Amino acid sequence: MNIRDVVGPLSLKVKTTKGDLEHTITGCYISDLLSDVMANAKEGEVWITLQTHPNIVAVAALKNLSGIIITNKRTPEEETMRKAEDERIVIAVSPLSTFEAGGILYKMLQC
Amino acid sequence: MLKPFFADLHMHTCLSPCAEIDMNPREIVSASLAKGLDIIAITDHNSAENVEATKRAAKGTGLEVLAGMEISSSEEVHVLALFESPETARVLQEMVQENLPSGENDERLYGHQIVVNEFNEVMGFNKRLLIAATNLGVHIIVDRIRSLGGISIASHVDKEAFSILSQLGFIPDDLTFDAIEMSPRVRRSEAETAFKELKRFPWVSFSDAHYVSDIGRRVTTFILREATLSEMKRALSRSDGRNLFWD
Repeated sequence: MNIRDVVGPLSLKVKTTKGDLEHTITGCYISDLLSDVMANAKEGEVWITLQTHPNIVAVAALKNLSGIIITNKRTPEEETMRKAEDERIVIAVSPLSTFEAGGILYKMLQC
Repeated sequence: MLKPFFADLHMHTCLSPCAEIDMNPREIVSASLAKGLDIIAITDHNSAENVEATKRAAKGTGLEVLAGMEISSSEEVHVLALFESPETARVLQEMVQENLPSGENDERLYGHQIVVNEFNEVMGFNKRLLIAATNLGVHIIVDRIRSLGGISIASHVDKEAFSILSQLGFIPDDLTFDAIEMSPRVRRSEAETAFKELKRFPWVSFSDAHYVSDIGRRVTTFILREATLSEMKRALSRSDGRNLFWD
């Protein structure tokens, strides 16, 4: 499963152009504390968060995450987008809540 | 002549829902004097409405009261803003409160938000959700504090909640706090080991008092000519013999 596969189910709008949409999603991590993500997220996981600050890109790159999904209709900051393109990190936004997005992903990852 | 000033620049009054009701201007002034403090700052959550009352309560006592606020950014990072004058703090307060979520404070859940005068008389209640986060990003807040001539400090960076490190993992290079604050829970020696990467900032440490008995439990000593914000800025950059330390 990759980011492209979850675009429909999570009603994602992919905001970046340079990230790899074929990147395999090995799991999912949900947290809005970047210190926690740095400590506990694992390589290949897709990260669901409400944070839109540019630091999310650095954290995703550091942990080799498969992408960032920003929920609840929040929009990434301009600087975040610029950094994401530089680092080739996929950022997608979803109108769903974190609970809904996480629930759908959980089911998909079980199959 | 340069001399030491004992400063506790992070404390909450009864306006912060999480502070005890006894944190009123007269109690704060007398406890600060009893602890030998020279300078305090009133830093309620997202509001500066009890600053002037505390300043008036301290009149003639020799205690200097700075105007401050602890602002919650959209990332839920707490930022201390310190100003010389209450008027400037009010300018920032207006921007902060315009950017709080709508809705009223539920006193049963969060506590009272009491605006008082220098005689501890209740002047009213702030009805806004002062405990909530604003929708202002941390960069915007720090820039605004600077443009208003104030000092911006990253609150309690060692804490696992509401600190720049807990919320954003690290301090980005383009975020230019004037100082970072260690909470009273962490000893200087522990902080030196745990936060090596933050040595590029001046470090301060204050009580973050929510109870009268907390006041002065952690103090930063400033070496200044007089108790003014501009002297403190020189101490933060360690220029002209001005300095600061805590342990």
